Amino acid sequence: MMTLLFLAIDFTLLCTVLAMLLCMVRLLRGPAAQDRVLALDTLWMCAMLLALALGIRFGSLIYFEAAMLIALTGFVSTVALAKFLMRGEVIE
Amino acid sequence: MSRWFPSPPLSVALLVMWLLLNQSLAPGHLLLGALLAVVVPLWAKPLRPMAAVRFKKPIVMARLLGMALVEIVRSCFNVSRIILFTRPDGLNSQFIRVPLDLKHPHGLALLSCLINSTPGTVWVEILPDSHDLALHVFDLHDEAWWIDTIKTRYEQPLIEIFE
Amino acid sequence: MNQGIETLPVWVSLPVTALLVLGSLIVLIGALGLVRLPNFYQRIHGPAITITLGTGCILIASMIYFTALQSRLVIHELLITAFVFLTAPVVAMLIMRTAVYRDLRAAKRDREPESDETYPCPRKK
Repeated sequence: MMTLLFLAIDFTLLCTVLAMLLCMVRLLRGPAAQDRVLALDTLWMCAMLLALALGIRFGSLIYFEAAMLIALTGFVSTVALAKFLMRGEVIE
Repeated sequence: MSRWFPSPPLSVALLVMWLLLNQSLAPGHLLLGALLAVVVPLWAKPLRPMAAVRFKKPIVMARLLGMALVEIVRSCFNVSRIILFTRPDGLNSQFIRVPLDLKHPHGLALLSCLINSTPGTVWVEILPDSHDLALHVFDLHDEAWWIDTIKTRYEQPLIEIFE
Repeated sequence: MNQGIETLPVWVSLPVTALLVLGSLIVLIGALGLVRLPNFYQRIHGPAITITLGTGCILIASMIYFTALQSRLVIHELLITAFVFLTAPVVAMLIMRTAVYRDLRAAKRDREPESDETYPCPRKK
């Protein structure tokens, strides 16, 4: 039973990292700027989930603070980028 | 009461947040949390554009939130099925237009949160000339069904709560 | 690997395993949708499932796991849940409106007939 749990935790880590790689593909390829912002936001979310999964793997509560900081800064940066794209374009 | 606690829900939320962050119920933390719960709403009061709404119908609210939660989980599985098994060019992604009767800003905010949390629908804007809601739907089968669902299942309870 | 994980009872580790597997699959599918779908207005629906169900499953798994591991109530993950569920709709709406405004502006600048990436303002019925 315990090995199943270990396997599930490793599977979670693997899936999260794969999801981050896919977001990275969209971030580098995305044709428009809003695609890149969307990919960056998803990347923040996946990073937060990765921190949580690492916390489960090592059984430590320290990772919770990291996850919360990632969620906070992710929100602020995405809102700032989206606002900039909406209003602050140089060439209009 | 309302002089010292301009918004009781905000005070309770701040106290709970403080206790959860510190993960303790020690008297010192209770005191600090209570201080936070009194001071911050007083400072934040001038920032609120509208007065807080009285929490009128908790049962309608709870039923609405529960229904929305079930809807979120259901449409999560729908969207993942579409992503995995449907050819992307066969998708019918469309903007639709829903006439809204709800005018209260808090109600509109809650409605937009619920609609945006549900995968498969994204709120675009309220068209300024006609007070219609422009909505983007991931896989549109029947436009009338969507308009009817939003009007009866989401908007009716919100009007009941806020107006 | 951490200490104490071997002592977890089965009725704890079973739901934790199931929630972790479900959550990570949903996260992966969301990112796959971000890459696979052809245009922006469809791609914005991909991460929505990552944010709602994926995050929800992993946070609930974390709560159950730490509550059993430390044998006290560990529910401070509720803070992240509340924060994510409050902010994700705001982010989705902002990005959507950004895309709409930029496309409208581009269409006005070019005077081109709309491609399928622009925002056709839905007509009144």
